[in-house]
Amino acid sequence: MAEIVSAPAHAAARPVGLLRAASAILWKDVAAEWRSREIVSGMAVFGLLVLLLFHFTLELEVQRQPSLTAGAVWVALAFAGTLGLSRSLAREIDRGSLDGLLLAPADRSAIFFGKMGANLLFVWLAAAILLPVTSVLYNVPLLQPAVIGIVALGTLGYVSIGTLLSAMAAQARTRELLLPILLFPIIVPLLVAGAKATEAVLAGLAWAGLAPWVNIMLAFDGIFLSAAWMVFEYVVEE
Amino acid sequence: MIEAHGLVKTYAGRLALRGVDVRAAAGEIVAIAGPNGAGKTTLLRILASLARPSAGSVRIAGMELPGQGPAVRRRIGFLSHSPLVYPDLSGEENLSFYGRLYGIPNMRERVVLGLRAAGLEDVGRDPVRSYSRGMQQRLGLTRALLHAPSVLLLDEPYANLDTEGRESLDRTLRIFAEEGGCVLMTSHDLDRLEGVADRVEGMALGRMERPARIGLKVRHG
Repeated sequence: MAEIVSAPAHAAARPVGLLRAASAILWKDVAAEWRSREIVSGMAVFGLLVLLLFHFTLELEVQRQPSLTAGAVWVALAFAGTLGLSRSLAREIDRGSLDGLLLAPADRSAIFFGKMGANLLFVWLAAAILLPVTSVLYNVPLLQPAVIGIVALGTLGYVSIGTLLSAMAAQARTRELLLPILLFPIIVPLLVAGAKATEAVLAGLAWAGLAPWVNIMLAFDGIFLSAAWMVFEYVVEE
Repeated sequence: MIEAHGLVKTYAGRLALRGVDVRAAAGEIVAIAGPNGAGKTTLLRILASLARPSAGSVRIAGMELPGQGPAVRRRIGFLSHSPLVYPDLSGEENLSFYGRLYGIPNMRERVVLGLRAAGLEDVGRDPVRSYSRGMQQRLGLTRALLHAPSVLLLDEPYANLDTEGRESLDRTLRIFAEEGGCVLMTSHDLDRLEGVADRVEGMALGRMERPARIGLKVRHG
């Protein structure tokens, strides 16, 4: 062990920028997920079950009702995303490895951006499975650039605030219960805007019909992202 | 190199530290012994900038916490009960991750050196979950030393190590101190602490105490 102590001094750490530290954390989460395949597969299966439940219980001719399809997709994404979000920080806390991230010589908001980036990627991967299945199941053309853009935009705000709240909930004994209770009331405007924007695309409305909902999503993305960025450091510190 | 004055820490109205003063100089190995609940871990977590004190001041390598947190953390190597490694990643991937996180310039070289130093070069590509607890602890110590820190904060570092591992750790700490590093460590293993430390301090009920006052019989302190 002594060899590593006696190594040349130029090995000493340098100041680490926010982007560099965040990308290291993102890489680590993606590599760990690639090995375990716990989060994305869990989210995709749960999301599919939600979509199937909607499909069988409503028994409506949903292809004529874009609002139902859009609502089902967004509810499935929100439910499935919660599974992944609840594991994100909880795994770090359970195995004590959050301290390893907090010890990094970087601004602690790098942990937020690294974790948020990984969560966003996992939600997008789950969405990449859910959207084609919904298209087939509900017989609606969801695989179009506008819908994909709306999903990407809506999930950005959802994952931003979800990452912050998962860090808060992860330190509680009842975290599985706490996260959805904290998260769902806050994201209602974002979910409604996402569903309405998706519905507008499916109904073939022009940009004028879509723009108000996209603007709402942009506003909430900005609010959630900046609020989470500012508060995260105080949440993860003791 | 480590200077802490009047540290107080309150958790939910309970005092974990009641005005603790600690000093450790460059080239010195200082050990803190005491019963469970004495506040040793809380003290190390504050010095590592993992927790904020309710009152008091901390200076590490001439820099103040929490104000200069990132610069201080660059100079600290920390090992706790947990080795802070990821079971789904290999030993090599774990060290590479921390290398990136610390911005180590010659990372590849340090990772190879670290694995060899920890005696893990043959299993470096295996997932850490397949390692024994002792191997994980050695990997954790390598992680703590990877970025060439000047201060080592070790909380029960001998836990999970076999006799050979303990002796290797002692040798490492002595070399680290000889090269100008500063070590502050806690352990229940008083005999082991006395064998390696320059000074042994006692701690009980959130206060620093003379070891003899809390029933610890030390040869020097």
